[in-house]
Amino acid sequence: MDHASSSAPGRVVLALEDVGKSFGAVAALRGAQLELHAGEAHALVGENGAGKSTLVKILAGVHGPDTGRVLLDGQPVTLTDPAAARAAGIAVIYQEPTLFPDLSVAENIFMGRQPLLPGRRIDRRTLGRRCRELFDRLGVALDPDRPARGLSIADQQMVEIAKALSFDARVLVMDEPTAALSGVEVERLFAVARSLRDSGAAVLFISHRFDEVFDLCDRITVMRDGQWVSTDLARDLTVDQVVRRMVGREVSSLFPKIDVEPGEVVLEVRGLTRRGVFADVSFDVRAGEIVALAGLVGAGRSEIVRAVFGVDPYDAGSVRVGGEELRRGDPAAAMAAGIALVPEDRRQQGLVMELSVERNATLTRRWELARGGLLSSRAERAQAAEWSRKLQVKAGKLSDPVSTLSGGNQQKVVLAKWLSTEPRVLIVDEPTRGIDVGTKSEVHRLLSELAAGGLAVVMVSSELPEVLGMADRVLVVSEGRLVDDIPRARADEDSVMLAATGQGGTRAGAAR
Amino acid sequence: MSAPVTGTPAALPEELAAPERTGHRGSALVHRLFVVRELGILAALVLLVVVTVVANPRFLSGQNVRDLLLSAAILTVLAAGQTMVIVTRNVDLSVGSVLGLSAYATGTLLVVAPGTPVVVAVLAGTAVGAVCGLLNGLVVAAAGVPSLVVTLGTLYAFRGLDSLWASSADRLQINAADLPSGFKALGGARLLGVPVLFLVAVAVVLLVGWYLRTFRSGRELYGIGSAPEAARLSGIPVGRRVLTAFVVNGALAGLAGVLYAARFQTLDTTAGTGQELFVVAAAVVGGVAIFGGSGSVYGAALGALLLTTIGTALPQLGLDPFWRDAAVGALILAAIALDRALQLRLAARLRGRNARRDR
Ligand SMILES: Nc1ncnc2c1ncn2[C@@H]1O[C@H](COP(=O)(O)OP(=O)(O)OP(=O)(O)O)[C@@H](O)[C@H]1O
Ligand SMILES: [Mg+2]
Repeated sequence: MDHASSSAPGRVVLALEDVGKSFGAVAALRGAQLELHAGEAHALVGENGAGKSTLVKILAGVHGPDTGRVLLDGQPVTLTDPAAARAAGIAVIYQEPTLFPDLSVAENIFMGRQPLLPGRRIDRRTLGRRCRELFDRLGVALDPDRPARGLSIADQQMVEIAKALSFDARVLVMDEPTAALSGVEVERLFAVARSLRDSGAAVLFISHRFDEVFDLCDRITVMRDGQWVSTDLARDLTVDQVVRRMVGREVSSLFPKIDVEPGEVVLEVRGLTRRGVFADVSFDVRAGEIVALAGLVGAGRSEIVRAVFGVDPYDAGSVRVGGEELRRGDPAAAMAAGIALVPEDRRQQGLVMELSVERNATLTRRWELARGGLLSSRAERAQAAEWSRKLQVKAGKLSDPVSTLSGGNQQKVVLAKWLSTEPRVLIVDEPTRGIDVGTKSEVHRLLSELAAGGLAVVMVSSELPEVLGMADRVLVVSEGRLVDDIPRARADEDSVMLAATGQGGTRAGAAR
Repeated sequence: MSAPVTGTPAALPEELAAPERTGHRGSALVHRLFVVRELGILAALVLLVVVTVVANPRFLSGQNVRDLLLSAAILTVLAAGQTMVIVTRNVDLSVGSVLGLSAYATGTLLVVAPGTPVVVAVLAGTAVGAVCGLLNGLVVAAAGVPSLVVTLGTLYAFRGLDSLWASSADRLQINAADLPSGFKALGGARLLGVPVLFLVAVAVVLLVGWYLRTFRSGRELYGIGSAPEAARLSGIPVGRRVLTAFVVNGALAGLAGVLYAARFQTLDTTAGTGQELFVVAAAVVGGVAIFGGSGSVYGAALGALLLTTIGTALPQLGLDPFWRDAAVGALILAAIALDRALQLRLAARLRGRNARRDR
């Protein structure tokens, strides 16, 4: 692996000393520390709820630390608000996109910093041009003038990245920026991050994907339960060591896939077409089978599964479950037929942020839990507790609002919500986005077991190891079309990537 | 098995592979929808005028139109201010009372000191409004109390202050005879046949529209209403911006009070009662989203013009005043339905666009 300029033990730009932060009874950070050098890419890793995002928010001036100090160039500073952190040269990409849905993409990126004409008027022409320049650098083909509303989660992330890059910051903090991106976009982001680093900026990178961590970063800091565990040069560490320090115990094999003899066809998709989005998509999924939809971000994978579930319309084609044709654009019918969709964007589509963990976890099956029309909160709580335990949701209390959970734990609640409906066909869109190693193998084990029990699983994933490890078949989507159908035996990194980038793929017909 | 495919599927791959061509369609699309929104109000307005003129040709007589524009002027100024507050996801329900207080204060000033130049009187009334707005804004921004509650409180408080002042000064009503003629002339003044008060309103709308579109702080108001949490995270001084919006809105309500005094010239402590809901209605009909973040002051101004026209047209059509309220109600519902439909269309079009990215 290439650890690049590991010879750069530069000046300390930004440091956290013995920082503590509590939210009510939850101690998110206790004795956290971090040192960022000029010209280094530094990784921060830890389990879901370890306190990484809380630390980021302290660097960003969103939260003030209860105890400890923040040092900038060796001087203690108080970052009273995000504007102060920004003025100090710290740019932050938050874990959850923070966009203005009603404003244009360009305005989102330059909010408060729009280029000006004489008389302090906004120079719209320069604004658009600078936005396009940024997008060119990142290789994004977004229209600067379209509103941010309705952007896919990956595009939202790219806008956030463009925003952070537009600062020319001395410290760039990225909280799981790659969680929604696929290989090509990640490479572009890394190229830009490396050039920033080489020009002397400090880059703090948070991710649950270790290949990326080792690819980009010079040093790695591990956190556990809000505490600092270790900081080492990346080249002195192995993935296993990092994982052990994060989790505090051994973690078993990452992808425990159980081999299953597929049963009869449960889900049949024929000629599904939505003009301008995807065309002539046909495939079958059998009971017990895990079928992955692979491809680049923007290839139309999420749009296809959304149409199958009925939340998006389609222009032609049909979807059958167990031989019965589903009415198009009717998610209630799809649910009744036994389809469940775990969506990609948990904030907008998966969770009611103000409601408690248990309410969210049981939101889809409240009628079954109701007795005589009244919701039995005991049954609800028992259900929620069971799934939360299976998925290891880390929450103060199950009655806490979901908005206070860490990003990965929110994702687990979404999973719990849909798994508890006991579906026949489970569609999961990026099921392990932002989930830590330990739980990721838990989720994989769970999916594998559910499949072994006869569930048909359709998985959209941008993480190639996950696709290759879990899927019985890989359907590759490129530019809105199914271009290849690769059985497990033949699926490897090369065959999938070649097909996804439109260079391979000999697939003629639809499902076999 | 499959439904008939409309359009040409063969053309699809090229379209998918050509993101650069979608480059300017996105903006054009959004722009078109906003124009559609404002044209909708304009169309309703034209329809109403045509129907009324057919029924009563005198509706378009010079004096009638001038009266209409004079009444619309006051509501328009209020709507311009209210738009600034609503885009930040707030609302100011006290504007009717602020108008009353400012009108009474201006009247009193002119009675007590008849030599006061008109400009000074206008500035004084505006300043009274600005102070009221400052009070509202401080409580909303600093104490974090929802603006609906705060301004509901000050709606009564300002009105009460007005009454208290009038009774303690023993001047329950100010009559036209008490006011200096220079000020009264303002009410009837015309420039090229157009009432000056209406021109003032037009100037206010253009200024506010220009500000909201062209200045960083103006864009930040939209940002705050669109996503308050994101606004905080991007370092926008949310409290200060919201405070400014309330002060400007208060000042405009104060200006509206002066216009009211100049137009009606008979002032008591009930001036402007009930205007607040009418103003909010004008903004909503004009496409200003009540949850903040979108809408233009031009739309709100057209909404104000439309509501005023309904008010004057229906009696001329020989309809009971009751119908005015019903018509306003129907209009609000229609506006909401239209906004929703446009929003869904925009969302559908934009979602289709997501997949059209290269690589
Ligand atoms: N505003 C808040 N109110 C209450 N508790 C909070 C709040 N923010 C964070 N927490 C708690 O603090 C802990 C640390 O959360 P944090 O978001 O920092 O984790 P994380 O390391 O970023 O995890 P992930 O990998 O899942 O993103 C969690 O237990 C979380 O529930
Ligand atoms: Mg986090």
